[in-house]
Amino acid sequence: MNAPDGLPILEARGLTRRFGGLVAVDDFSFAVREGAIHGLIGPNGAGKTTTFNVISGFYAPTAGQVLYRGRDISGRKTSALAAMGLVRTFQGSTLFQEFSVLDNARVGRHLGARSGFLSRLLGADRASEAEADARARDALAFFGLEDLADEPVSNLPHGHQRMLGMAVALAAEPKVLLLDEPFTGMNPEETRRMMELVRRIRDDGVTVMLVEHDMQAVMNLCDIITVMNFGALLVEGAPDEVRNDPAVIEAYLGSATGNGGSGNGGSPNGGANGAGDAA
Amino acid sequence: MPDPAVAAPADGPVRRSFGRLRLVFLFAALAVLPYLLSYSQQEIAVLLVINVLLVSSYRLLTLTGEWSLGHVVIMGVGAYASALLAKRLGVPVPLSLLIGGCMAAGTAAILSFPLFRMKGFYFLIGSFAAGEIIRLIWKRFTDPFGGPKGLKRIDAFPDIDTGFLSIDFYEPVNYYFLALVVVSASLFVLYRIERSRIGLTFHAIHWQDRLAESVGVDTFRYRTLAFVIASFFAGIAGGLYAHYVGAVNPTRFSVDQMVYVLVWAIVGGTATFHGPILGVVVLTVINEMVLRGLGLDTARPLIYGAILILSVLYLPDGLESLGPRLRAWLQRRRGGPAAAGGEAA
Ligand SMILES: Nc1ncnc2c1ncn2[C@@H]1O[C@H](COP(=O)(O)OP(=O)(O)O)[C@@H](O)[C@H]1O
Ligand SMILES: [Mg+2]
Repeated sequence: MNAPDGLPILEARGLTRRFGGLVAVDDFSFAVREGAIHGLIGPNGAGKTTTFNVISGFYAPTAGQVLYRGRDISGRKTSALAAMGLVRTFQGSTLFQEFSVLDNARVGRHLGARSGFLSRLLGADRASEAEADARARDALAFFGLEDLADEPVSNLPHGHQRMLGMAVALAAEPKVLLLDEPFTGMNPEETRRMMELVRRIRDDGVTVMLVEHDMQAVMNLCDIITVMNFGALLVEGAPDEVRNDPAVIEAYLGSATGNGGSGNGGSPNGGANGAGDAA
Repeated sequence: MPDPAVAAPADGPVRRSFGRLRLVFLFAALAVLPYLLSYSQQEIAVLLVINVLLVSSYRLLTLTGEWSLGHVVIMGVGAYASALLAKRLGVPVPLSLLIGGCMAAGTAAILSFPLFRMKGFYFLIGSFAAGEIIRLIWKRFTDPFGGPKGLKRIDAFPDIDTGFLSIDFYEPVNYYFLALVVVSASLFVLYRIERSRIGLTFHAIHWQDRLAESVGVDTFRYRTLAFVIASFFAGIAGGLYAHYVGAVNPTRFSVDQMVYVLVWAIVGGTATFHGPILGVVVLTVINEMVLRGLGLDTARPLIYGAILILSVLYLPDGLESLGPRLRAWLQRRRGGPAAAGGEAA
């Protein structure tokens, strides 16, 4: 394992988010080091997606702070955060379903394809659009989707849609990439390929934070893992430490009986299965 | 299906020249048209050309997914502004028209702050309320807006008289050509915007605003941009109207009129650029030729309502979907299994 020892590029301090009476994220703190692949795991409903939503500016934190390169970014607009290099993907296939595959990636290239209003009208944006097109195709090629560029998204199988979601995010040239359950709905072969690609993204200088239920993937891929339960920090450490931590095993087993199995739909490796891997 | 308006920038040269040829024919027909019409029909043709701009500008706003009930009031802002500038301040009419468009755009820019805190149904209601407030201002302040009676004797377009050539814009034929030029230029700009990345971004916001935000699209800014551009051209349409008819009043821009715009857009369909234009042209022709001919024009709201319901039930994708449907049907009849195989591939 290559232990990353850069500075924290992303940090949460005492992060809290309430929905009415429900505390979805509860005084939660963690630090993501630059160049790391950082896992965020926990039973269903632990608050992982909510944490991503707060970090990426979809929700304002009820209390606490998010720091990016040491700067407080809590409550900033999602689009402004993307411009700073903080880009997230979504659980499920959140895509522009009505667009072609290429147009999805072209929207992902929004920030890199700047041009004035008049030059767009007059067609003087051709050079910057050609470049955006090329970069969008690069992002598709990275995930092996280049041959599907002109297909409508709705024709893609689920696994490809998940990859396209990452291609859209990658086209935005992130510094920090937040992946919400990137392997859900993928077969084992696709998962293996995606893990390799996530490593390559990191090797290209992108810090990755990911939420995932597939424990085997998480353990293999991540340099460090933060476990949350009931919105709060449970354990943090290297995969080996986390794997054997009694509190983690307890949390997963507890949720497995509590939820009556895996709550996350079509995943081949839901929370309950994950507990088996962790034990 | 990918939205055809977005997904087809790669027209071949053959298709493009075919499209150009069609445009040439269209303009030739539009140039001949007024000479085939009676005087009163010419007057209707002028209003139709203006309404084409009104409904096309409305479509630009709907690209972002928001439907406003204030668009006709915004048109009124352009109409009042251009009329007052000409009447009170002596601003030359073509210039007043442009400033009127800018005033309408500016009004939209200010309104976007409260309105784009809302989405969907709430935006619809909010835009209605905002429009009613503007109309209330027109009614309440007799100076300068003329109160409920509005403004009368608005300056017409100045005659062009070069000695060699003289054009009097009181003549509907001449105003028809003037409006045609202004509206064509405006439609060209609207079309370019939609085909550019700006249009792609509008569509993206419509279908998945959270995903668009996550890759850096400032959805508030782009919604505002769509609203401002749409309002600018609605304002231009308003100015064209004011200087043609010579009078404006608050009732002319009431929500009744807005309902007509909605019906044109829905019956025509808003998925393509030409859909709403098709809607306004077909419904105007039905209205003027058929209803007036049958002496049924007092029943207009009733019949429009019936047309709306029928089209929602039997033609939910609007008149614009008739062409592709017809083509598919012909292909199926001709090609049979071959066409079916092509679809499956
Ligand atoms: N927008 C919301 N409104 C109300 N409750 C929410 C909202 N989003 C999440 N929650 C609740 O917060 C808790 C954490 O959810 P989530 O962050 O999605 O968990 P995870 O991603 O770890 O499975 C759950 O109990 C969920 O029901
Ligand atoms: Mg989740």
